[in-house]
Formats: sequence, structure tokens, C-alpha cells
Amino acid sequence: MSEAIKQSISAEPGIIQMDGVHKWYGEFHVLKDLNLNVQQGERIVLCGPSGSGKSTAIRCLNRLEEHQQGRIVIDGTELTHDLKHIEAVRREVGMVFQHFNLFPHLTVLQNCTLAPMWVRKMPKREAEEVAMHYLERVRIPEQALKYPGQLSGGQQQRVAIARALCMKPKIMLFDEPTSALDPEMVKEVLDTMVSLAEDGMTMLCVTHEMGFARTVANRVIFLDKGEIVEEADPDTFFTNPKNERTQLFLSQILH
Amino acid sequence: MQTHTFKPDMPPPVLSVGVLGWLRTNLFSSWFNTLLTLFAVYLVWLIVPPLIQWAFIEADWVGTTRADCTSDGACWVFIQQRFGQFMYGFYPTELRWRVDLTVWMAVIGAAPLFIPQMPRKALYGLCFLVVYPLLAYWLLHGGFFGLSTVPTSRWGGLMLTLVIASVGIAGALPLGIVLALGRRSDMPAIRVLCVTFIEFWRGVPLITVLFMSSVMLPLFLPEGLSFDKLMRALIGVILFQSAYIAEVVRGGLQAIPKGQYEAAAAMGLGYWRMMGLVILPQALKLVIPGIVNTFIALFKDTSLVIIIGLFDLLNSIKQATTDPAWIGMATEGYVFAALIFWIFCFGMSRYSMHLERKLNTGHKR
Repeated sequence: MSEAIKQSISAEPGIIQMDGVHKWYGEFHVLKDLNLNVQQGERIVLCGPSGSGKSTAIRCLNRLEEHQQGRIVIDGTELTHDLKHIEAVRREVGMVFQHFNLFPHLTVLQNCTLAPMWVRKMPKREAEEVAMHYLERVRIPEQALKYPGQLSGGQQQRVAIARALCMKPKIMLFDEPTSALDPEMVKEVLDTMVSLAEDGMTMLCVTHEMGFARTVANRVIFLDKGEIVEEADPDTFFTNPKNERTQLFLSQILH
Repeated sequence: MQTHTFKPDMPPPVLSVGVLGWLRTNLFSSWFNTLLTLFAVYLVWLIVPPLIQWAFIEADWVGTTRADCTSDGACWVFIQQRFGQFMYGFYPTELRWRVDLTVWMAVIGAAPLFIPQMPRKALYGLCFLVVYPLLAYWLLHGGFFGLSTVPTSRWGGLMLTLVIASVGIAGALPLGIVLALGRRSDMPAIRVLCVTFIEFWRGVPLITVLFMSSVMLPLFLPEGLSFDKLMRALIGVILFQSAYIAEVVRGGLQAIPKGQYEAAAAMGLGYWRMMGLVILPQALKLVIPGIVNTFIALFKDTSLVIIIGLFDLLNSIKQATTDPAWIGMATEGYVFAALIFWIFCFGMSRYSMHLERKLNTGHKR
């Protein structure tokens, strides 16, 4: 067993804890007994074939999906039906979606200031300063006054990252952030994510970008049919996978 | 290494651009299209010249009585003489300035909302929406702060039409939005309540609603408790139209991708902020054509208040045409009514087109 995993198992409860989480869509058992403990500053990559439940798993962490059994505790707050808890968790957890989901009726700057102003009650001027700071971070401050519809896919996704960062979250969730992008735009988004990782952000990424997983992740988790099949540090995962299902998956995507 | 040289841009063929190009593609693109064009021109020639002849060239423009209508064309003297009645109904002549002032206040008060650089526009708009109706009620109805009372039974003409239409619109839009949200609510009790309300009001003809409000309702109310007939009609119109608005808005809400809801929720926005800041601005923009469509229908439906004996524009004109002193003026009267209705409805339609262009942020779905 690798150092990283030993550490995460032996250490005290992390910033994200999933204990025996189950979820069903009607009769379909999507998530089966997921257990995950993530320490602050860890970078986890979730991968797996489509329909394996990786997106569902990550969406349970900010309650966009509801789990039906087990416990999820984020930064000390347990996700239950209590709306206060859900909103408290969502304030601390930023999310980036496959299809960006920027608000098309607002400018880039307004997209970034919306949540800080209305959720964090930040004054407008301060919110705009924060927004410009993060837009510079993702290297598109010059697009601040444009509408999302006027930007390329890669730019939109970088705005989406900046928008999530403006809430100063403790955790960032990425749900296939590069899957909807043209090949030439993937790199600009990945670069942004790498620089975020270098700053010590706790990140959970659902992605098929194995290069990214190799350079950035502390741990790679392989899911299939709603279960964690293999969990390892990237070196072990890519060079010496234990499970045959993982080997098959890797042989199909690494070529 | 080889370098590719791109060909220079060339001007398009003469026959595909400009007036000639437009004519060719739109009017004479095929023999069938040419035939249609010629037929349309013939129809226009058949209708328009006689109409101009009747309405302008052979029309009577000056005079004071029926005796001045001497020519074959329209007699606009009738409209001139009864103009006051068509605009104000039976509103006392010496108090008509109060109606004029109300209209001017609406124009001047709303003007800043159309200035793009105006700061704190939303706040001003909200204040205007709260203050203006109170002020308008005081001016039109009076009865306190030194203005004499003009009972609503004396209101009429275009003024009454505008009162019903604007109160109807101002009341039905917010109520309709709330109903639309309620119909998509996760809470079964609220959803059932809203669905029942909407389906009830959509299932009843407006005439029935007005008739019920004016004839039946007083029978159910306890002795001595009665409220104004116009008020009852207004409430009927608001409830009726809100059901239609609700369905239009619901269409818009359903067109917003799930990702927008998720992104808003993931940021920690609660239900009302998510709806107010993210979903509704987009949904309402999408359904501007549908909403304005309902508004235009509402504006024209105000003429149904004839059924409960209110004298709106159309009823005032109808009344005037039955005057023995002005026998045979029905055509002029109804043409005038049609013109007024058309001006307002066309205005609304143009404004909605302008609004759609202005709110377009280049995001095509």
C-alpha cells in the first residue's frame, strides 16, 4: 500500500468524509458503499467508464444529488435534509461543470460577483476586486465585460473556474471539466487547474485526462458499476494496477 | 517548404445584392412567386385607393353637427365632436385635468427607466411601481386630500380601457410568475393549489368571470357589504389573465437548462435568489413574445366589460352611434375604435421586439 493511502486512512477525519454511501436512481443502484476520506490539500482524480457513478459521486458532495444511505461530512458539516447545512456546505465547495453553466444573461464579471454579493454579502466594489483578481488568475481579465456567449469554450470554462474561486471555497469539485471542449482548448483549462493544485487547493476531479492525473493527483480512484475498484497513487495506478478491470480500462484509454 | 497563397476576396455578383437582388430573391424568384406578387399588387390596387378616397379625399373634416356631413366619404366631425366622451367617458368635464395629469405623471415618471445610464434604476422602478398607483388612485378617484370624489361609475372611454388594461397587466404579471413557480414547486400542496387555480381560471370564459363578478358575487356577499363594480371587474381580469401568464412563464422556466439551476444551487444561492437572479431573468426574456401576446389579448379583452355595463372606449363609441343626432355614424366610430386599439397593440408589439433585441446577449441555444 502506498504512502498516500496509508496516511489518509490513518489520519484523523479529513475535510471530506464519505462513509458507506449508497444511492439509487429508482431501482438502479448507482453508488455502492462508497468510503472516502480526503485530507485538506489533497488532489483526487476519479476515473472510470461512463455510467460508473463517478459524476454522481462527486455531485453528492454538494448535494446536487441526494444519497440515500451512509454519511457524508464536509468540513465538519453533515449533509442531511437540513437546508441550512446544505447551503453552508455549498458556500465552501466550488464546482466546475462539464458544460460550464455560466449564466448567459450576465457578463463575465457579473457571473463572478453574483454569489459573493448575494451569498457572502460582500459589497459590490470588493466583490468586483475579488472577481478581477481571479479572472487575472485564469488569464482572461480583458474579457470581464463580455457575455459568456461571446467567449470560446476554453475561455468559458476558465471563467467558470474563476467564478467558483470567487467564493473562496475550501474544496473544488471538477465534473469532467474538459470533456466538452475542442482539443486545442483542453490545455488552457488543464493549465489553470494545475496552477490551482500547486497553490494547495483541495480538489476532486472527475476526468479522463490521464496526463493531468499523473502530474497533479495524490490519489487516483477507479470506479466501476458504482464501486471503488482500485485506489492508488498515480505511479502505482498507471504502471502497476492491481485489478484486471483497471488494467482493461487503462489499456483502452492509454494508447 | 511550400507556402499557401490565399485567393483575394471578390465582390459578389451584381444580381445577388442591393435592390435588384432583393427583388429577385423575394418577389420574382420563380414563376409562381411572380404570379403571387402580381396578384398581391392587384389586391392592393383594389383596396387601398377606395379606402384613401373614403377616409381622406372625400371626408368631412370641419363642422359641428350631423348636417355638416355632406360628402360621400367619412365624416370625422362626429369623432371631433364626441372626442371628449370617447377619451374620458362621463368624467366631469371640469375635472378632466386630473386624468390628463395622471397620464403625464406616468410618462414623466417612467421616462428615467428608459435612460440606460440612470443609476439605481431597479430601486427607482420599484418606488415608482409602489408610489404611482396610489397617486393615480388619488387623482382619478379622489375623495381625500382635497380632491372631490369621482365615482368609478363615471369613468369611461379610453381612460377606463387604459385603467383596466394597466391594472390588469400590473396585477396579472407578478401573480402569474408566482403561480408558474408554484406549479413547478417540489411541495405537492403548493403545486396542487397552483394547478387547480390555473386550470379553473383558464377553463372559464372571461365573459363568465365578469358576469359572475358583477351579478352573482353580490348575491353571495352578506347584506350591506358591497364593493365597487369596477374593482370587482379588475380582480376578475387579474385572476383570469394571471392563469394565462403563468402558463407562458412556465414554458420559459422549462426551457432553462438544468445546468443553470445546478450552477446556481452549487454556489449556495437559495431558492428565491436562484429564481430571482438566475432563472427568471432568462426565462422571462425567452417568453417576452408570449407575455406580450397575452398583454395584447388582455388589452383587447377589456372591451368585454361592456357586458357588465362599464363604458370603456368601445362601449362609449357604441353609445354615441345610437345618438339620434348622429345617426349613421357607426362606421366612422368603429374605424376610430379600431385605430386606437391598433395603435396601442402595435406599440406594445414594437416595444417587445425592441426589448428582445436589447436583452440579446449573443447566447444562442
